Amino acid sequence: MIRDYFRIMMVNLTTGKTTIVELPGRGDYLGGAGLAAHLFDKYGHVDRDWDDPEQPLIFAIGPLTGYFPLMSKTCCAFRSPYHNQYTESYAGGKSALSLRFADLDALVVTGRAKRLTALCVGSRRVETRDVEYLRGFDAIHTGRVLRKMFPGSGRRSILRIGPAGENLSSYACINVDTFRHFGRMGGGTAMGAKNLKGICILGDRGFGLPEGKEYPKLYKEIFKQLTTTEMMAKYHGLGTAVNINPLNELKSLPWKNLQQTSSPEADGISGETFADDTLLRNAACAGCPVGCIHVGFVREQFQTNNQYLYRQVGYDYEPIFSCGGMLEVTDASDVLRILDVIEKEGLDCMSAGVALAWATEALEKGVVSTEETVLDLKWGDAETYMKAVELISRPPNEFYALIAKGTMRCAERYGGQDFACVLGQEMAGYATGEVFFVSEGLGFRHSHLDSGGYAYDQKHEDKDVKRALDFLVQDGRERIVLNCMVGCLFSRGVYKDDLLAEAMASVGYGELHGSVAEIGARVQKLRWRLRLRMGYRPDKVRIPKRYTEITTWKGPLDTDYMEALRAGYAARILEMGAPVDEPGDKEDD
Amino acid sequence: MKALRAARMERCIGCHSCSLACARLVHKVLSWNKAGIRISSSGGLSTGFEARVCLSCHPAPCAEACPTGSLTQRRDGGVLQKKNLCIRCGECAKACPVDAIFLDHEVNPYVCLNCGQCVPFCPHDCLEMVELPKREAEGGAR
Repeated sequence: MIRDYFRIMMVNLTTGKTTIVELPGRGDYLGGAGLAAHLFDKYGHVDRDWDDPEQPLIFAIGPLTGYFPLMSKTCCAFRSPYHNQYTESYAGGKSALSLRFADLDALVVTGRAKRLTALCVGSRRVETRDVEYLRGFDAIHTGRVLRKMFPGSGRRSILRIGPAGENLSSYACINVDTFRHFGRMGGGTAMGAKNLKGICILGDRGFGLPEGKEYPKLYKEIFKQLTTTEMMAKYHGLGTAVNINPLNELKSLPWKNLQQTSSPEADGISGETFADDTLLRNAACAGCPVGCIHVGFVREQFQTNNQYLYRQVGYDYEPIFSCGGMLEVTDASDVLRILDVIEKEGLDCMSAGVALAWATEALEKGVVSTEETVLDLKWGDAETYMKAVELISRPPNEFYALIAKGTMRCAERYGGQDFACVLGQEMAGYATGEVFFVSEGLGFRHSHLDSGGYAYDQKHEDKDVKRALDFLVQDGRERIVLNCMVGCLFSRGVYKDDLLAEAMASVGYGELHGSVAEIGARVQKLRWRLRLRMGYRPDKVRIPKRYTEITTWKGPLDTDYMEALRAGYAARILEMGAPVDEPGDKEDD
Repeated sequence: MKALRAARMERCIGCHSCSLACARLVHKVLSWNKAGIRISSSGGLSTGFEARVCLSCHPAPCAEACPTGSLTQRRDGGVLQKKNLCIRCGECAKACPVDAIFLDHEVNPYVCLNCGQCVPFCPHDCLEMVELPKREAEGGAR
């Protein structure tokens, strides 16, 4: 199984043909983010829109997936319906190990099925099934049906979309094994455009291990570090929801569509409150002993005479920020009820929550009326927000059809761009300051995970533009290395470059073309090149006015500093993504 | 004589660390199938997890079904395995009443040998090694 090339399964839904491709480049790209960009460079179409059937939908894992703990994520890459440019999203669940044990470094889906289809792949299996009868089924129900359709309980991964993906909302997600998601940038929409309702990946093989004691010894050491050190405690303890209280204290918690950066009500949706009142249990991605997935429960009385039902809903910091604080919903169970509807419809919860926050303020300010919103959206009104989520997923009018394409698209039509909390896409939950807003606004994935800009804001009061930009580029590059491995970013304190190189060597991937840091830089450039070739103009990005109106723990936002960062980061991106002179050098400059 | 028990599976988070440890340390493979303990959901992740693991029967139906002596009865329950004697007939897996023996695509059987090497890799202490009770002999004597 240890090999110096990539083994790719290509499934074409138009022709029904499947091919296995053996592609060189392990030493250049490692896997994951690097492999996905390499594959898009090879099979993607810069001159065709995101919904062209021939655009590839790519799922890629890394060289250490399954070999070491927390190497448990999959990189999903595609041309985004949100901005029509190349993008990535990451998810865990069992997807990564299932691909590993299906003996695939990547699965690439091209073409468009004639009718709604489910795909099942494994080491000795590839099959498509007509599932037109699942049209309109929610993501949870779809998972239940697909589980019955394909074998392999516990050692398979089931990816599926809900109605939002079928209806081509720009921020439909791919649900992975019930509690994980390829969330941002419309991966579910890319699946919907292919008429692909679900993918089952069977992890049905095993492989020999390297000889000698080096590998099991290193595994044991890393396992120990990841399970006993304090650095992972927050992830399995309260989970990322632990961030609510400290960010609120730092006046960095986006609240009420960022009209505020803190609230005395935040404790109602704090990690502590969720743990005390709603936490049912923890779960883990396959191959990760940390168990950061927090599953809460809500119960509802559906009939008199004590007739109750209960539902299990996964929660994290970002969903709580977007469907709690941003909507001023301050009851933990209410947040979970909104998330439950979003889950079923198959939307990205951050985009959906932030979009509804904008809509509420737009209605409040008279920018739109209930003629557009249909519902009388009010801060804190969970019941109405639950109905509004369904309208985003199944738009009844132009307003919802546009908001399903993105908050800014809707604001451009109706007004209210100034208070649209959009940094490339609907924002992540860190109102920490200038560095984060620029990092997310201009960043590759418009994600808080592109780099630790939010952490930089919290640690630095100085306004040294060069230092901040150096940090964004350098930290971004380090994260790309882990994204090529497709390790969980929670493990970034343990998996430094040296340890990654040691781990690679222990399983026989010693021959790399440069250090892992150099490979990170190579992939960083390749990814930016792809974005720029598809029309990305970082120098044209503007940060909406709302971000200049806030006050954090450092005081009012410094617009001059933010502008200098914006211009400087745009220049760095243009530099990193500059075309290479020699066509032959395209892939390994 | 000690045996493995998946005693607290309601704590299981589905990380598969136990199966991966068994495959890595006992069978020298990278797998979550080729192991003496396999984790599956009991009908989707919202319903929790089950462990497919040897219950240390005595007499062990798998050993009784084995035509070549590759699997033999352990004194107090469970089996010993000699892989070189296996002819890959798959009869052991057919005989197991609790689906605890995994057959790979070459019909190699993987069964728990009660060595306990998976136990320290469970982060939620779901697994334990327990002393098997002395079995009841035929006729009721112990």
